[in-house]
Amino acid sequence: MNTISGAQAVIKALEREGVDIVFGVPGGAILPAYDPLYDSPIRHVLARHEQGAGHMAEGYAWATGKVGVCIVTSGPAATNLVTPLANALMDSIPIVAITGQVATTSVGNDAFQEAYTTGITMNATKHNYFVTNPDDIPDVIHEAFHIAATGRPGPVLVDLPKDILNAHLKWHKPPKLDLPGYKPTVEGHPRRILEAIKLIESAHRPVIYAGGGIIKANASDHLRRFAEQTNAPVVTTLMGLGGFPGTHDLFLGMPGMHGTYAATTAIQKADLLIALGVRFDDRVTGNPDFFAPHASVIHVDVDPAEIGKVRQAEIPIVGDVGRVLEQMLEAWANRPAPDHKEWLDRVKSWRADNPVRFDQNPNGPLKPQFVIEELYRRTGGDAIVVSGVGQHQMWTALHWKFSRPREWINSGGLGTMGFGVPAAIGAKAGAPERTVYLIDGDGSFQMTHQELATASAEGFPIKIALINNGVHGMVRQWQTLFYGSRYSGSELGRDTVNFPMLAEAMGCIGMRVETPGEVGPAIEKSLSINDRPVLIEFVVDPDEMVFPMVPAGGSNDQIILGPEDLE
Amino acid sequence: MNQHTLSVLVENKAGVLARVSSLLARRGFNIHSLAVGPTADEGISRMTIVVDAPELEQVKKQLHKLINVVKITELDRATAVEREISLVRVSTDGQKRSDVLEVATLFDAVAVDVGVSTIMFLVTGSPDKVNDFVELVRPYGIADLVKSGRVALARDQKSRKLRAI
Ligand SMILES: Cc1ncc(C[n+]2csc(CCOP(=O)(O)OP(=O)(O)O)c2C)c(N)n1
Ligand SMILES: [Mg+2]
Repeated sequence: MNTISGAQAVIKALEREGVDIVFGVPGGAILPAYDPLYDSPIRHVLARHEQGAGHMAEGYAWATGKVGVCIVTSGPAATNLVTPLANALMDSIPIVAITGQVATTSVGNDAFQEAYTTGITMNATKHNYFVTNPDDIPDVIHEAFHIAATGRPGPVLVDLPKDILNAHLKWHKPPKLDLPGYKPTVEGHPRRILEAIKLIESAHRPVIYAGGGIIKANASDHLRRFAEQTNAPVVTTLMGLGGFPGTHDLFLGMPGMHGTYAATTAIQKADLLIALGVRFDDRVTGNPDFFAPHASVIHVDVDPAEIGKVRQAEIPIVGDVGRVLEQMLEAWANRPAPDHKEWLDRVKSWRADNPVRFDQNPNGPLKPQFVIEELYRRTGGDAIVVSGVGQHQMWTALHWKFSRPREWINSGGLGTMGFGVPAAIGAKAGAPERTVYLIDGDGSFQMTHQELATASAEGFPIKIALINNGVHGMVRQWQTLFYGSRYSGSELGRDTVNFPMLAEAMGCIGMRVETPGEVGPAIEKSLSINDRPVLIEFVVDPDEMVFPMVPAGGSNDQIILGPEDLE
Repeated sequence: MNQHTLSVLVENKAGVLARVSSLLARRGFNIHSLAVGPTADEGISRMTIVVDAPELEQVKKQLHKLINVVKITELDRATAVEREISLVRVSTDGQKRSDVLEVATLFDAVAVDVGVSTIMFLVTGSPDKVNDFVELVRPYGIADLVKSGRVALARDQKSRKLRAI
């Protein structure tokens, strides 16, 4: 009987799933799997830290829509993966993590580099597996990919003890999936679809509130057609940016804590909220008791647990948002687009009268918003944009006009600082022909910047705009507003680190920009370099704050539009 | 806080109990009792979970998201048969023995172990009946007690009239 090792089966199973790249760091328990990987057509990217490997898999998944894969050893490597797993769970990113484990004979004995990986990650994954029989490997890997990619996507972890990797099995085709407890609903209920159409027809002030689900379901074309047919203005959440053209006449921006006045206010005044692949996150709703007080809600989501979680829906529709939009478009048929002129005039005047704004004094300190707008202008918006977490993330969300899906990659639900550098590498790995521009904060950057070495060693020429305000800006903003400007623990120092030198030390090009006039040329230069990563440090005003703002837990009727609104 | 009885069909696999109980723990809900055993289908087990919780809608939906959970039903007294078993070792020092045996007879509790100064009873029935028995023998002194946790099964909805049986 022809047999192969468990380790060979793992790599073969990955190949069978169509995997062409994995991100990882080797170590004792996973070493058996690294040996067949050496001969495999699958490319291995050596991350400098397992957290980096995890975020790279996420960036890859986000940019490509495929499942991202990371592979690490047991114990500390597996615990280093917890953050990216939790991030992928929150933001519904399909990744599969392969972890080594000590031999089954040692499991539970506090063996060297043993951690209870499946226990620790139980609540940071959509599902996980502890494999105790080598014959299960082909099936488990197949299931893992299926679960990661279908329904509401998410992270799946497969923990493989070393003796199982070394044992032998007969390679086989995976049997038909047998998951009696996992049958995601794709089709929306036809009666609900008709009810929804009726409600949309009778609405006077509809708003489409679209989220990350639109991107995950590849439903942005459907969304645009649906909005145009129903003549309803569109807001997209942080996770949904790019799911609807940012330059479209019906687009109002992002709603919520740092949303545009028009988007947040339109929801507050709406009589119908068409919620598509969203979860009524607190960053959007503020105090939910005051959120969209006049609106009936149609809520479409593939995850039934999201419907009714925060806000009761008059019409709940469980299903894939792309498929449901198709069904709605079919049901809408050749009804004329409703005349919402009065409503559209109102929302458009909110948009025209309250643009996001900032003042760049040509001789004054450099403003981060100016940098981002210049980046947008000089790239023509033609880039995949990645960010860290903080003020720079919000400014990017507000000032960049995302017009296509999968061109905006950030950490929304978990707000993971350190996501940026590795996620940008993953995105570049998935879309090598695209410009990948990371807009990072100095705090976020310093959480994972060792991955710059990965970027240059592995040939991923990403570009980085480092918004260096010398502070944990978002934290400092709250301290300014709510803690009497007592800057406890939020100052990093603008010149503690020589960032261009750091970049150069890791095989990248480094530049520093301190005045508005230098911004354009530096960006142009960065766009002309394609053989290695480039970092531009923009030294910016630490006092700049993100506006609009609705303080946490506040009502979305009370929006602070700028510093002049603060008493 | 309200008590809810959940009947959860799960795949009979390692770690499933941990996943289910962890979900309840996340919300800080106390598990009052939990009984697990295989169903007629070897691959599927049934958990009967009694939880103290203000409401369970969201938890039920979250439980559904667990890949190994096949089906969840919330049961109540009106629509389900609920049973419990308890073993109770009662002190029977001195003159108490005949009194204790009299109570046991009233509850159809069976003496399953008789010692010099204690008797162990097996009592089965509705949770109320088991509780009542325990309360009535408590004054005599309970040396040890174990309960199986509630098991429950929905009644046949088509034969409501026969429910009294
Ligand atoms: C891992 C992690 N730790 C802490 C926080 C809390 N936090 C949110 S924003 C922020 C500051 C971010 O600083 P920086 O990356 O420099 O961005 P800026 O706000 O200055 O643009 C911090 C500390 C977080 N989101 N993630
Ligand atoms: Mg900063």
